[in-house]
Amino acid sequence: MTYPFPRESDDVSCVLCGAAGLGIQTVEDMLARVVVDSDLCVFGSREYMSRVRGGNNSTELRVARSRVDALVDRIDILIAMSRKVRTNIRERIAPTTVIIGDREELGDELDDAGGVFVHAPLAELAAEAGGRIYSNSVAAGILLGILGLAPDLAEDFFSKRFARKKPDVAERNSMACRAGYEIGQRLADGKGLFSVTKANASVGKALINGSDAVSLGAMAAGCNFVTAYPMSPATGLLSFFAQNAARAGAIVEQTEDELAAINMAVGASYAGARSMVTTSGGGFALMAEGISLAGVVESPVVIHLSQRPGPATGMATRTEQADLELALYSGHGEFPRAIYAPGSVERAFLLTQEAFRVALKYQTPAIVMTDQYFVNSFYNVRPDDLHLLDEPTCVKETGADYRRYEDDPSGCSPFGVPGFGEGIVGADSHEHDEVGHVYEDFKLRKRMQDKRMRKLCGMSEEAIAPALYGSDEYDTLIVCWGSTIPIFREALSLMAFERTALLAFEQIWPLHSSTAELLGRARKIFVAEGNSTGQFARLLRARTGVEATGAVLKYSGLQFSVEEAADRLSGVITGKGGES
Amino acid sequence: MMKTTPFDLPGVEISWCPGCGDFKILDSIKQALMELELTPLDVVVVSGIGQAAKTPHYMRSHFFNGLHGRALSNATAIKAANPSLEVIAVGGDGDMYGEGGNHFLHTVRRNPGITNLVYNNMVYGLTKGQASPTSLMGFRTAIQMDGVRSHPFNPLATALVLGAGFVARANAGDVEETKDVIKEAIQYRGYALVDIFQPCVSFNQVNTYSWFKENTYWLEGHDATDFDRALALALSDSPYPLGVLYRGDERETFEGSLAAYRDDQAPMFRRRAPREAVKELIEGMCS
Repeated sequence: MTYPFPRESDDVSCVLCGAAGLGIQTVEDMLARVVVDSDLCVFGSREYMSRVRGGNNSTELRVARSRVDALVDRIDILIAMSRKVRTNIRERIAPTTVIIGDREELGDELDDAGGVFVHAPLAELAAEAGGRIYSNSVAAGILLGILGLAPDLAEDFFSKRFARKKPDVAERNSMACRAGYEIGQRLADGKGLFSVTKANASVGKALINGSDAVSLGAMAAGCNFVTAYPMSPATGLLSFFAQNAARAGAIVEQTEDELAAINMAVGASYAGARSMVTTSGGGFALMAEGISLAGVVESPVVIHLSQRPGPATGMATRTEQADLELALYSGHGEFPRAIYAPGSVERAFLLTQEAFRVALKYQTPAIVMTDQYFVNSFYNVRPDDLHLLDEPTCVKETGADYRRYEDDPSGCSPFGVPGFGEGIVGADSHEHDEVGHVYEDFKLRKRMQDKRMRKLCGMSEEAIAPALYGSDEYDTLIVCWGSTIPIFREALSLMAFERTALLAFEQIWPLHSSTAELLGRARKIFVAEGNSTGQFARLLRARTGVEATGAVLKYSGLQFSVEEAADRLSGVITGKGGES
Repeated sequence: MMKTTPFDLPGVEISWCPGCGDFKILDSIKQALMELELTPLDVVVVSGIGQAAKTPHYMRSHFFNGLHGRALSNATAIKAANPSLEVIAVGGDGDMYGEGGNHFLHTVRRNPGITNLVYNNMVYGLTKGQASPTSLMGFRTAIQMDGVRSHPFNPLATALVLGAGFVARANAGDVEETKDVIKEAIQYRGYALVDIFQPCVSFNQVNTYSWFKENTYWLEGHDATDFDRALALALSDSPYPLGVLYRGDERETFEGSLAAYRDDQAPMFRRRAPREAVKELIEGMCS
């Protein structure tokens, strides 16, 4: 029979799902690498349950001829490795979805799911290759066959990945993969979906996820002190630095709690380290006092806040954008801060460097906000598109008359550190004099508070402008921030809305000076964000006086998909629903 | 009256109560640093919040006065970021053992090469007389109206069982002996704890100068390498032993074990961004 593969499309969405511990991650890595080595583009996004074994996790892999960087609902090919496929995957099965699974494992579970079920003897073929554990490679091989990608590339991958294991591990995976490939080729009538692709050698070859993009950006900025208490989904940055501590020349420590993490970071930056912490909402809440400390001692620390749904423990492995106000208002008292929310891998690399630049220049905390969706999504990028900022300047040698909090029109005092120069370097959490000693004087207090807050002027002037996509002559403006940017950008490109543009913010605070004017030009404004109360819309109104016409909100724990974004934008723009 | 030292801060207005034991500890610290031939530029005094934590404002050296309870975290990081600095974390019993209790436990385990001086007056001074973690059972305050009912925290025994290499107790009233203990603590390479009995003349009418005199004794002829004996001494309280209870082998310090210093001894502030390593990592993600 002929299966309903998307032969007319340049963009195929595959989902692999199965229990934790089945090696789905390995074949996901393999497939992504093979796609890129075939000069195609790939986007991958993982969603997983908060457990080590079992459950049912899934990975979406979009394979396309040109860049893909956003989540879609559509499933063209579903590889189901385990029974009990989760409802949120089942709901996405369409009549054109080809479902591949082993009836021995799945029984008749997916017979009435609405797609076209194809039985593949995964376990049997895996056993022939050396054991049931190779089922993942059989399944991945089937996908390669359908897509028309060379199985030799998979063999290259396996021999590299398992180079340190017994040689038969790579061989067996390759054998399993090839057995699957033959099935896949048959299913595709010998003509894989991308087999007639014109090679586009200019596609980016670097496969980078959001977490590594932030980590690499930090390393490029000279981050050399990382402390954290492990917390999903923020732990990736800690792992990255732990694995690269020696080559980064960085101090990395898993602390007893988030209070220690932030207080170590502030202490280290006082001594001249470029320090960073990584956490999620709950840990960030614990850090609040330390962030306030960084404000008053004028400490350049960078905080990676990777959001998940709250309140409290919320949903540990899911996504949300509900900590914007937490980031903005955390810490008692008033002090300047900068907040970034990158929308892409390239921008995460750049904006994390920017966070360090601004934190070091203005000697105040900077926050990089991501979320579970962002850190666990990856795609291929061109190394040349990963831009390096100039390295932040080093600390100054102090003279004998050095005063840490010397007043300056910019608000930025010369940054000296103990152990470099003839000066005494003080830091104090109390209100203090220029030297840093606690001194209760009301005029001094006002002078010092003004000095610190004055930094916000320079920070505002240097703020990153929001990016405008679509018609410059817009009546309707869609606004979003952070990880949802590529999703709404793609959604907008699919729709034929007239005089509509997208305004995408990657610096949340301070806002760029063009914000009020850009918002003011629109007749209708819809703010799309991953929370239930419209936090960014509230900030825009507070800062510009412009009130959004409506909101597109999502707070189920899952990210918006391109299709959902498009549907809901249609709803709000035509006035036929679409709000949360 | 003590000799003048390079660590004196002339003209500073000290807000401790007249007669406070903290004055004597301050003298002991400054004297110890001078006798070790350290200069104010070699030393960072790190503190949190409380009367004891005001110490860095009353002497001349680098200083970091952070948040309540967090001095050990700040101090650990400062030492790690620049191991050539002599880092001394000072604070009171409430600051170090109460608010910062978790950091105390884990700092001992982590073993940074810092000196931890805890002015232990068994009461909260700055907040005016409430019980502290080391207040004795039955100690009455305006809050603990019927007397303290929680068992007192034993910092020395706790530090010993967590693997501390240097554990000592001093008495503020005995300036000379306290100075000697502090000197030895600073010279010890790893984490060194000195719990210093110190009378609060305003809020503790029980544990006074004379009470501490009567209820303590300085160890003589004690073999400080004997862990079992040290632990037994740490658990004894009538009277309390003073002096170096334990001085173990110098195990690897936190900063000494860091991968960051494996190929490069430069302190963090001298380092440049590892741009080549970033490029290599990105290249590694291309295949």
